[in-house]
Amino acid sequence: MDTLIHKRIKQVLKGDQNAYSDIVKSYQQSLYHVCYRILGNQQEAEDVAQEAFVRAYINLHTFDPKRKFSTWLYRIATNLCIDRLRKKKPDYYLDAEVPGTEGLNMYSQVAIEERLPEEEVERMELKDRIHYEINRLPEKYRTVVILKYIEELPLQEISDILDIPLGTVKTRVHRGREALRKQLGDV
Amino acid sequence: MIACPEKLENYMHDYLDGDISQEHENDMRQHMKSCVNCQRHMNELQHIEQQLMSSHRMHVEVPLGFTQNVMSRLPKPKSRVGAGFWWRKHPLLAAAAIFFIMMSASLLSGMSDSKEFSVSKNNALLVEGSTVTVPENATIKGDLVVKNGDLVVKGKVEGNVTIVNGRYMASTANVTGNIEKIDETFEWLWYSMKDGAKKIFTVE
Repeated sequence: MDTLIHKRIKQVLKGDQNAYSDIVKSYQQSLYHVCYRILGNQQEAEDVAQEAFVRAYINLHTFDPKRKFSTWLYRIATNLCIDRLRKKKPDYYLDAEVPGTEGLNMYSQVAIEERLPEEEVERMELKDRIHYEINRLPEKYRTVVILKYIEELPLQEISDILDIPLGTVKTRVHRGREALRKQLGDV
Repeated sequence: MIACPEKLENYMHDYLDGDISQEHENDMRQHMKSCVNCQRHMNELQHIEQQLMSSHRMHVEVPLGFTQNVMSRLPKPKSRVGAGFWWRKHPLLAAAAIFFIMMSASLLSGMSDSKEFSVSKNNALLVEGSTVTVPENATIKGDLVVKNGDLVVKGKVEGNVTIVNGRYMASTANVTGNIEKIDETFEWLWYSMKDGAKKIFTVE
């Protein structure tokens, strides 16, 4: 697939805009999915995923063909998602660490999306419950957890996408797991 | 109960990631033999890990018309592909081509009525039929162009001499500038273009 994509990229760079639709078709499913997982909202996911494709098109000349195109594309999309999340919530107090919890901040106390009533949560099937709890993770843990477990990407690739060191990715996976353990304690 | 070493939690996560050294693993197992809390902690983490591992992608349908929407949001292309594209890459060549086409058009139209004899106007010149003579004692100042006629230089020409479709005869000629003899249409074109270009560049 990569050879085909690189061929299409060359065509687009030569001015053939229509060749870009093949690139969009190849990645729309995974890009939309990851945006949906991070944002937890279909309308916003569609908007951000489209925006990511438009930005990728505009900046295509900066893409290094020696690297993986999907990594580059995911990077644009996750950055847009994270920006979107930060704009949604005032973060002046949410970023402050909660005393006595290592690495956890107010985010973990405040639901990102509407929090469901306790009874409803308990009635959920386990796999829905996992998704629900992932959505309640603080953004920086959630992004890593989604990329690792749901998109099933290798840690090195996550490090490239998010532009953070491999060690930081591992730490965030650990913290994310710890947070989930606390959230899911009763299951 | 003894407090559990902080590093133990890290060991557990490293263990789940398959990223633990033998030494750390031994430490961890040693500690867990006697620590119920850590055993439970580890069990919970393993349970989470299993859940996460099996919670792969839900099937989410991409909204209808997604690709078309992206395509319509793209900025308009700056250039089209194929014909008409090369000249953007070679502006110099394009300019030369346009120059050439326009020059040939105007010059070729001028060619048709240039079959007749003509000579640069100068009172000192002697014209007999289609033969132009520069008399022995005369000095022509400026360029001299003879079309469809012969030129005989006996005196002096202080300038360039050009003969189109004619012969040039000069035994003791004294021409300070260049002498050019032009016989064919193409050469005439070329000469005119060079001349035109020269004029353009000297004006600037």
